[in-house]
Amino acid sequence: MLKAAGPDSVLVVPACCTSVIQGIYPNTAMNIPVYNVAFATAAASASGMSAAFRAMGKKTNVICYAGDGGTLDIGIQALSGALERGTDFLYICYDNEAYGNTGMQRSGGTPLGARTTTTPGGKTDLKKDIDAIVAAHEPPYQATACAAYPQDLYKKVQKALSFRGPTFIHVLAPCPPGWRYPTEKSVEMGKLAVKSGMWILYEREYGKLTISAPSKAAIRKPVPLEEYLAPQGRFKGIDAKSLDTLKQRIEKNLKRFAAEEAGVC
Amino acid sequence: MLTVSTGNKAVAMAVRQAKPAVVAAYPITPQTEIVESIADYVTAKELSTRYIAVESEHSAMAACIGASATGVRTFTATSSHGLLYMHEMTNFAAGARLPIVMANVNRSLGPGWNIWAEHTDAMQERDTGWLQVYVATVQEAYDATLMAFRIAEHNDVLLPVMINLDGFLLSHIMQPLDTTDPGDFIPPIHLPHAIDVSNPKGYGGLTGPEEHFKFKWDIERSMRDSVKVIEETQAEFSRRFGRKYGFTEDYWCEDADVVILSLGTFGKESEVAVDNLRREGIRAGSMRVRWFRPFPHLDLKGRDVVVLDRDYSFGFGGVLAKSIEAKNKVDIYSVIAGLGGQEVTYDDIAGFVKQRRMGEESWFGVSGNV
Amino acid sequence: MFEIRIHSRGGQGGVTAARLIALAAIRDGKYATAFPFYGAERRGAPVVSFVRIDDKPIRVYSQIRQPDMVIVLDTSVMETVDVLHGLKAGGTVFVNSAHPPDFKSVRSYHVDLTGIALRENLVVAGSPILNTPVLGALAKLKIITVSSAKTAIAEMFSDERNIKAAEAAYQEMVA
Repeated sequence: MLKAAGPDSVLVVPACCTSVIQGIYPNTAMNIPVYNVAFATAAASASGMSAAFRAMGKKTNVICYAGDGGTLDIGIQALSGALERGTDFLYICYDNEAYGNTGMQRSGGTPLGARTTTTPGGKTDLKKDIDAIVAAHEPPYQATACAAYPQDLYKKVQKALSFRGPTFIHVLAPCPPGWRYPTEKSVEMGKLAVKSGMWILYEREYGKLTISAPSKAAIRKPVPLEEYLAPQGRFKGIDAKSLDTLKQRIEKNLKRFAAEEAGVC
Repeated sequence: MLTVSTGNKAVAMAVRQAKPAVVAAYPITPQTEIVESIADYVTAKELSTRYIAVESEHSAMAACIGASATGVRTFTATSSHGLLYMHEMTNFAAGARLPIVMANVNRSLGPGWNIWAEHTDAMQERDTGWLQVYVATVQEAYDATLMAFRIAEHNDVLLPVMINLDGFLLSHIMQPLDTTDPGDFIPPIHLPHAIDVSNPKGYGGLTGPEEHFKFKWDIERSMRDSVKVIEETQAEFSRRFGRKYGFTEDYWCEDADVVILSLGTFGKESEVAVDNLRREGIRAGSMRVRWFRPFPHLDLKGRDVVVLDRDYSFGFGGVLAKSIEAKNKVDIYSVIAGLGGQEVTYDDIAGFVKQRRMGEESWFGVSGNV
Repeated sequence: MFEIRIHSRGGQGGVTAARLIALAAIRDGKYATAFPFYGAERRGAPVVSFVRIDDKPIRVYSQIRQPDMVIVLDTSVMETVDVLHGLKAGGTVFVNSAHPPDFKSVRSYHVDLTGIALRENLVVAGSPILNTPVLGALAKLKIITVSSAKTAIAEMFSDERNIKAAEAAYQEMVA
């Protein structure tokens, strides 16, 4: 992802797992400047940074890299504001569907039925549709991606940075300790999320939808949802009603996206 | 050029002279005229600032932080609930050593919605690492704003500065204002730790206890160093423009038996009280505290001290009174007055002096108070 | 110190009148401050604004309790507001009216500012402009000089009809 952005870039990181993986002061594992900001402020901080760079006549990419909690929950107001103002930046939300830093509490990104430390009986609410919320702001470019498809992600980051104005990429990021599956299955988990239709890969350019290749296959014939859920401890003991709701939503979403891409409304 | 201006407009005109690269702001009464005026200057192309109309004060300060981190000059303005809403970020701005300049139009806090003057909003920011100056005239609002940029951006300081002006009493009053061009009084900004893609660094990442402790000490060290920078800046300002400012504004203090201490417009009203008291043979003086952070050394030995607080720390006392008591070990008559814009006249202030009960606290206009 | 209280209705320009008077006084080489009553101002509601003029810098921020002069830009406020409240003994009242006001034992002056504004076609959004012609009346009373009144108006408004209206008010002022 950083490779796609190139060296004339700055990463803006709110409190999230990435706050930790950079290393402890004075060391940093990144090869571009990384500015750590307060939890709710990724998009707002980036607004100021982008404005300042443009005021200096610099084209420096300003890239927010925030988790689902920092994006869907506490940072949504700042994100909405920055999108509405046409801020020239890329916002990447890497979504592991819970507050990972603090030990897996439910977030707006946690799917229905998933157990977290604050939903020990399984989440009773649906995952918040942040992509629809972002789409309502009509950014020039937005996309979804998944860590299991790095080539797809790489291309989308490159593409997003070719636009002026706000761009948004929502990346599903399987999390072994949080989802409770063996680490070596991370790629498989990501692929199953896409193949089952739980996660749909697509791009929107000026509103026009293009479904990405891996999800085209899922639309034709999704793998049974159970194949995705069964290896994950967080879905253990999911009740039948929640499972049924998830399946219905997958079916509805896949149909909706296919119809939209085909121009049928 | 001598003109007539409100306090708000004076701040905006000083900002126009300082030419910040980025202003991020959110409207709130009674501050709004400041950011509206700046937006007008930008629209009229009198100012090439990027004006970011953010969706909240929290984001206003965050956007100033993001901009300032790149090494450019930034400004914002707020008041009351807006200031409190950005409280997390005011701490952040100081911790990140960013010389952001902000005007705060002092206003009370709800509930019981009230838009009038009170200092409790800024007092709740006193421990954040911001320098705080309180002004009392429209001219001073203009001058202090110009000086704030120079002080904040000085390499020995690199801390944010808050200019406080009393809501309505000063923000909306129209007074004479000299808007002489400051020329090169504010040197170009050079932030030593500005983000530089050719020399990538991590900022504000996870920091262990040892290093974290040093960062905090460094803020305090700069706060102490700022005393000299403030003195030099005010002396240079006086040399260039003829208007003198100190850490306090002293009026008839030299031979005073009783000194009235206060912040903001109270200080000017107190001067009139002093004139009237002196006519009655009472040797009174007024000491208006301008800089609240860093807190100044005050020469109060051997006099009765009457402190007016337009603020309060519940369960403790008037913040100015308690600060003076802690720093100066003097006996104080603490008067809590003017909260929520309560009208306090020079006659009232003269009354406080005449009826002072040293060592006690009194809430003006509240019957049965202690 | 000379203290003035201006009575008007929200939207009639009472605050601007205060500002113009202060500016004119400053152009006369004096010190002046002007301020509104800091309340929730509503269009059409009775409002007050204040001016202080002195030879020394003005350090008083509290409201004016005992004005030396009261200006009434809209006589209809007198139905609900005691415009003479607190007026100093020997104080003066100026009223925007074609007819002399019925005040006992108070020095009063009047001129029809509304009529002048309408005659000069000084109307904005359906309301006649009163805050520039009133300076003519104050110049007649020697509270500000004629030349500073004109300077102040010219500094704030480019439309020359404002100065013409002030001149008319100066001429027509009746004691």
